[in-house]
Amino acid sequence: MAGIVSYGAYIPFFRLSRSEIAKAWGIAIQPGEKAVANYDEDSLTMAVAAAMNCVSASEAAKIGGLYFASTTAPYKEKQCAATIATVLGLPKDAVTMDFGGSLRCGSNALKSAVDAVESGALTSVMVCVADTRMGYPMGPGEMSFGDGAAALLIGKQGVMAEITNFSSRYHDIQDIWRSDRDQFVRSAEDRFAQDEGYTTAMTETVSAFLKKAGLTPKDFARIAISSPNARQHSAIAQKLGFDVKVQAPDIMHSQIGDTGSAMSIMSLIGVLEDANPGEMVLMASYGNGSDVFALKTTGQIVEARNKKGIKKNLAFKGMINNYSKILRWRELVQTQPAQRPPIEERQPTPSAQWRDLQWDGRLTGTKCLKCGTPQYPKQRVCIECEAKDQYEPYTFFDKPAKVFSFSHDYVMQTVDPPVTVTIVNFEGGGRIMCDMTDREPDSIKVGLPLEMTFRRLYYVGGIYNYWWKCRPVRA
Amino acid sequence: MESIKDKVAIIGMGCVKFGENWGKSLEDMIIEAAYEAYEDAGIDPKDIQAAWWGTCFAGHTGQIMASPLKLKYIPVTHVENACATGSEAIRGACYAVASGAADIVLALGAEKLKDTGFMGLPQTRPIATWSYRLTSQTPPAVFAMLATGYFAKYGLSHEEGKKILAHIAVKNHYNGSLNPKAHFQKEITLEQAIKAPMIAYPLGLYDSCGVSDGAAAAIICRADMAKKFRADPIYIKSMQIAQGPREGWLSQKYDFAHVEETWRGGNAAYKEAGIKNPRKEINIAEVHDCFGITELTIMEDLQFSPRGMVKEDVLAGTFTLKGDLPVNTDGGLKCFGHPIGATGLRMQYEVYKQLQGKAGPRQIKNPRIGLTHNQGGEPGAATVSVLITGNELG
Repeated sequence: MAGIVSYGAYIPFFRLSRSEIAKAWGIAIQPGEKAVANYDEDSLTMAVAAAMNCVSASEAAKIGGLYFASTTAPYKEKQCAATIATVLGLPKDAVTMDFGGSLRCGSNALKSAVDAVESGALTSVMVCVADTRMGYPMGPGEMSFGDGAAALLIGKQGVMAEITNFSSRYHDIQDIWRSDRDQFVRSAEDRFAQDEGYTTAMTETVSAFLKKAGLTPKDFARIAISSPNARQHSAIAQKLGFDVKVQAPDIMHSQIGDTGSAMSIMSLIGVLEDANPGEMVLMASYGNGSDVFALKTTGQIVEARNKKGIKKNLAFKGMINNYSKILRWRELVQTQPAQRPPIEERQPTPSAQWRDLQWDGRLTGTKCLKCGTPQYPKQRVCIECEAKDQYEPYTFFDKPAKVFSFSHDYVMQTVDPPVTVTIVNFEGGGRIMCDMTDREPDSIKVGLPLEMTFRRLYYVGGIYNYWWKCRPVRA
Repeated sequence: MESIKDKVAIIGMGCVKFGENWGKSLEDMIIEAAYEAYEDAGIDPKDIQAAWWGTCFAGHTGQIMASPLKLKYIPVTHVENACATGSEAIRGACYAVASGAADIVLALGAEKLKDTGFMGLPQTRPIATWSYRLTSQTPPAVFAMLATGYFAKYGLSHEEGKKILAHIAVKNHYNGSLNPKAHFQKEITLEQAIKAPMIAYPLGLYDSCGVSDGAAAAIICRADMAKKFRADPIYIKSMQIAQGPREGWLSQKYDFAHVEETWRGGNAAYKEAGIKNPRKEINIAEVHDCFGITELTIMEDLQFSPRGMVKEDVLAGTFTLKGDLPVNTDGGLKCFGHPIGATGLRMQYEVYKQLQGKAGPRQIKNPRIGLTHNQGGEPGAATVSVLITGNELG
């Protein structure tokens, strides 16, 4: 039976306390904090990060399909799944699909993956789901939304949680939406959206699901559900007949926020990392209807406990102590332009990007076959022994590294000064110069352990320029 | 391989006041530098048989210089080697004379950077490489990593390192204050230098040179003709350039505590000039202090100070006007300014004047041999020119 073979979550390093938002606008304080994507992250880069927490490079090379789901994909017309597959190093005949358009796109992608595997069409599919939705400044969405990503590897071999039942209902209502012209999420009048949207659709779908499956709430150890906020999370769990404290403790709202299409799957990962073998879990998404899944854990679940799920991601964080940083990162205010040449001068051209992506996408350089020296970027003539065209590809993104030298640059044009430029020395040889991200400048020292992370360098001329940065190791 | 020693001489030089020359065009500065050099050499513009033109940002071909100077139908070569462009113009001119292809030639470098409207240097994306990936390589940041690397290698705390760099800034500002052609002519204190705003950690404002407009020129001829033009020509003793293959950005062997190209270029130049003990035999050096840390490491790479020990010479005042080996007597890039294409020629202008005893209040005592060190590129990936000249043959 098809099920979850592996999982990985990704929660951005930075968190913003809701009291900081309240303070900025002079509005009522709400409890908790939310996860905030760094200025160089988007749904694509976060999906890559979650996928890398889900599978190793050698496992990725065997995956049959990659489905990416998000309501906040960086491109309206250009497939993200193909980029993610390139970065992960999936086989060239992997089936790639982008899902979007609804907060249910994550669970839609999961259902499609399960069907593809169950039918035997594909042996395994990676589902990556990520969202970085924006609420109107000073509105409830700004308080409740968080950024995050999840990845599930679906297959039949080595399953840790079998997907035993599924059902779905659609429910067309204008309760939460964004048109093709909107930057911020819109919502209908609160009571209407809550009663006729979320509560009605969840109740009807989950009830029908339980009836069809012949199950009752008592059959489930835990539930993993989408919910717009902590209050409605508890309310719906209770209404559906679950014990909130035992079966539905809050995983998302107090520390991460409502991560949109990624929420139900992130919640599921949070449940799985605590689960014991033989337990049943109910997962339900929400977005113009609901997709409901029942899962049953196997003995493999115990081995998965050390994976990078929710807890490990939550343990590593930096607080944003100034709300104005968000206004700059999201470019919601215009700030004084740097007295530097315009960024347009550094526009990547499609042909150069295309040529380089097969190498740079995976931070692949060369290793000399004659003297064994790793080097990046690709060198046809070896820097060490000058052998010509005697090399093999050598990837750096997964190699441990350390700071050899660095500077905090205060003159470079950026929305997040200073830019921390770093000389990165890799264990096993090789060196690159790149920016450091997710760092607190005062804590950077020569010798600091680093790891590589796929980021968006900048956007210019309609092109997102993705490459790698280093960051302090997430212990 | 033959040496160029004593085959070529400089018989005239010109240099405009560097700075924010809002009221002057590139053409104005080219004309002023060239005509000062013509006059200094006592030649007519028509005597020029070939010319070398150094600029990074002023445009393509020799036309940019030939047009204002009305150089008519002679060979003009445009050269570029980033911040070492000015020296490259001198090199091209000297080799042409040494080869016999021409007897009297002009080398001129100029840049009009203040018209960009930006701080720092223009960033032009080469079409040929994946430079769109390298977002943050401002020159201050890459040179700052030389400081971080040097401080780490020799165990200097941030405070200790900043203090040494401040001594260099104070010295160069003092020298600049004595120089009417310098961009910055104001003395500063150690405290000002240490407390200045950060540009690229650990380098602050006074650890970084300015961006300037400027032009400088040299008239070069065969050594055996030189005394026909003046009694005190300056002779080329060696002229070397070391181009690194960006090894420092690829290989962990590079320590970010020196510049390999400077070490190599210096050794090659000493060999060509027959210099055995640089610290004793070089009487004055104009070096590429684009940042204080660059000057610091150059002192070691050119063997003026032992590795890791330059601190002692800096604190002892060795490189001040009254020290054993005055360095950047005209204020250096820090204070004279740094119009990219002109800088190598400006360095030689000061050495030329010092060797002739015409450096005014900055004049040092009886120098015989002077050195210029001009660097393009950055630590780990540099292009370094070392030019040694003297006021006597032999």
